[in-house]
Amino acid sequence: MNKLSSLIKGIILLLAYLVVQLLERQGVLLPYHVQILSLCCINVILVVSLNLINGFTGQFSIGHAGFLAIGAYASAYLTVVWQAPFLFAIICGGVLAGIAGLAVGLPALRLRGDYLAIATLGFGEIIRVIILNTDAVGGARGFSGIPKYTTFGLAYLMAIFTVVVIRNFVTSDYGRACLAVREDEIAAESLGVNSTYFKVLAFTIGAFFAGTAGALFSHYLQYMAPTPNQIGFVKSIDILIMLVLGGLGSITGSIVAAITLTIIPELLRGFAEYRMIIYPILLIIVMIYRPAGLLAGNELSLSGITQFVKGARAHGNHT
Amino acid sequence: MATTPELMVNNLCVQFGGLKAVDQVCFSLKPQTLAGLIGPNGAGKTTVFNALTGLCPVTSGQISFNEKQLTNEAPHNIARYGIARTFQNIRLFRNLTVLDNLRIAYHQNRQYSLLCSVFRSARFKREEAQITAKAKEALALVDLADKADHIAGSLPYGEQRRVEIARALMLNPKLLLLDEPAAGMNPHETQCLLELIRKLRDDLQITVLLIEHDMKLVMNLCEELFVLDYGHLIATGDPKSIQNNERVVEAYLGGCMA
Amino acid sequence: MAWHIMALQQLINGLALGSVYALIALGYTMVYGIIKLINFAHGDIYMLGAYFGFYAITVLKLSLVPAVLTSMAGAALVGVLLERIAYRPLRNSPRIAVLITAIGASLLLQSTAQLVFGASFKPFPQAIPFRRIQLGPVFITNRQLLIFGVAVLLMVILHIIVHYTKLGKAMRAVSMDKEAALLMGINVDRIISATFAMGSALAAAAGILVGMYYNRIDPYMGMMPGLKAFVAAVLGGIGIVPGAVVGGLLMGVAENVVVTIGSSTLRDAVAFAILIVVLLFRPNGLLGKKGIEKV
Ligand SMILES: Nc1ncnc2c1ncn2[C@@H]1O[C@H](COP(=O)(O)OP(=O)(O)OP(=O)(O)O)[C@@H](O)[C@H]1O
Ligand SMILES: [Mg+2]
Repeated sequence: MNKLSSLIKGIILLLAYLVVQLLERQGVLLPYHVQILSLCCINVILVVSLNLINGFTGQFSIGHAGFLAIGAYASAYLTVVWQAPFLFAIICGGVLAGIAGLAVGLPALRLRGDYLAIATLGFGEIIRVIILNTDAVGGARGFSGIPKYTTFGLAYLMAIFTVVVIRNFVTSDYGRACLAVREDEIAAESLGVNSTYFKVLAFTIGAFFAGTAGALFSHYLQYMAPTPNQIGFVKSIDILIMLVLGGLGSITGSIVAAITLTIIPELLRGFAEYRMIIYPILLIIVMIYRPAGLLAGNELSLSGITQFVKGARAHGNHT
Repeated sequence: MATTPELMVNNLCVQFGGLKAVDQVCFSLKPQTLAGLIGPNGAGKTTVFNALTGLCPVTSGQISFNEKQLTNEAPHNIARYGIARTFQNIRLFRNLTVLDNLRIAYHQNRQYSLLCSVFRSARFKREEAQITAKAKEALALVDLADKADHIAGSLPYGEQRRVEIARALMLNPKLLLLDEPAAGMNPHETQCLLELIRKLRDDLQITVLLIEHDMKLVMNLCEELFVLDYGHLIATGDPKSIQNNERVVEAYLGGCMA
Repeated sequence: MAWHIMALQQLINGLALGSVYALIALGYTMVYGIIKLINFAHGDIYMLGAYFGFYAITVLKLSLVPAVLTSMAGAALVGVLLERIAYRPLRNSPRIAVLITAIGASLLLQSTAQLVFGASFKPFPQAIPFRRIQLGPVFITNRQLLIFGVAVLLMVILHIIVHYTKLGKAMRAVSMDKEAALLMGINVDRIISATFAMGSALAAAAGILVGMYYNRIDPYMGMMPGLKAFVAAVLGGIGIVPGAVVGGLLMGVAENVVVTIGSSTLRDAVAFAILIVVLLFRPNGLLGKKGIEKV
């Protein structure tokens, strides 16, 4: 049963990829559309990795763009200056961001809730200021001339990889330990869970994936600017909005929210202007009426969907 | 061999600012005893538990468990040495299922690596199945096998207390500390609890130290009692002698408990 | 210029900037003291205050003092409404939910301001002519003096309210124990509203002062000073009123020193570096006491 559903999911994912390729070949999807799909994949990686830190481990971090920035700049430096292979650059970007995550995770041990949030925001801004002052990566002028290595296929694969790894992580003993830390640190400790270790672990893994997303991002945009919008708190908050609307602690929620909130502003031209008014209102309403997010921490699953459909059909037959 | 004490507490002091919550407390526990820690409200009972489990800093004194120094160890290490506890104000992972609550407590015995879990190796699957089986076993022990998939926070109070005990048992403890396990239970539930605790001690051969205000339970269950008052240990002995101890009666009357 | 003269000059500039941070930090600290909430939107209320002042002077043709008072009243109203609509329904929710709401409120005020007032900056009208007052080798501008003067005046008023009025006593009671205050017949909701009103009014005054100081205002001007003032509040010990003042002044000076000896691009990193160091080594701030978490 389990194997079967994995197989079905794999086939669906493969089909989705082939459909995109076919539609692109046929000219139904313009290169511009495929670009947006790549961006969706990048955002999925960012939101799911932030979910590991915020949603599953309960360490409220709002500096995720800092990790993205490290991955983006480090990988771009490698491909531009050293002509390194892209895959190598992605891994390096991820590892460097992971190390930074380790460094942020350490103070996280001492800080809680809102203090931690502000500290992570500060950390993200410090990274931005450091980049702003580093001439080797263009400083305030920005980093241009980055080769366009990010293809939809690669972004898609990386997104799937991230989701699978993080899902497997959170549904193992490691993930349960993270959940325990989120739910009640004292109880977790008394049950033998080293809360320090798991906070740092969550930060490190989350940062690693954000770093790989950064690498994809810089080789997608081909130009990085050290602005709040691109690698600063505005970006961090963008990721946070997707996470919260999808629901803290729900991976499928993160995926759905990342894709929807990436596509909607691109599709509705007039929407972009009101986006930053609508999102915050949504954010507040969701927090007041549905604090667990739109999916309320539940996962969408194949069996759940088929059951839902069956239920709806049965209901329809009755009436 | 069986007569050497398992837990030794020597001159334990815990101070919060100017308040000496625990003052010069000495006691020891032999393996497989059923012991009780009693005393009026605010006597420092919970604080003793917190000191034993590393949840609050020990000001001075020593705690050793099977010859191992535990004073000011990190709580998760103490859990590793075989001391498990429950909390006065139930600390279940309220939003998780009962089963997950228990599986979390198997954490320190988990063998598979991070990579095993990420790549779902055969070893991972085998061990996860074992963990789940073990959790179900522990649930059956407290008679809650049918509640495995319930959200912990949604259970009635008495059941939550039992889930917490089952969760503590997942650590395979040698010493089980129960902080007011009968609080909020009706007489029938309390009677079942009494039988449960006795059964656990006999079947699992563990030592139990419990804090309880329900004197009937304490007197029926415990073989040895320690009485705390204002942080001081004022009496030690079997239930009979404690019941007739003047200082104890005075402490309780003075604390308006009688 | 000799280094000590330069240092003195930077000290003056830093204190002027710092008293603005202090004014904003007071709002953070008061709100935190009373409902344990980091009001992320506080910096945006400061921005609104600047805009209110701008329109009071240019459209309503008010002179400086009435303009400041109008703006303070307007900002107080926004602060109270914000608490009423966004924060009050969440008073018993998890901290994270409240924090996210506060971030949402901040974004909302910012983008609304951008839509209503326009995204580009506006030159702030100079209500008083610019003058430079030479004090031996260093100088102070009349605007800096004004900032000092207004900041000190407002802080004194706040001090009197907090310590010598019934309202202040009630505020202190609520911040110590909300339930007990409620039992004593204090209208907790009204006290919380009053706290938001006072904090917002102070921020509005700071907004106008900064508008005059830098000659320009824009919808995003609240973000950085807001965060820095928050750092100032943490530095002094969040929830402690004098701490906000000390923290604000220290932050202002530190920033000016770093900009002088380093580069102006480092300006914004200073605050966060201070924050992380403080949180790690003195999480209760310079004037804060140590607290123990009860198990
Ligand atoms: N973390 C702490 N910080 C400050 N004081 C504390 C702390 N924990 C306990 N105390 C104080 O220490 C004293 C003993 O508390 P403790 O909880 O150990 O009492 P207890 O015997 O368990 O009482 P009860 O029967 O009410 O549970 C009390 O006065 C309590 O207020
Ligand atoms: Mg107690």
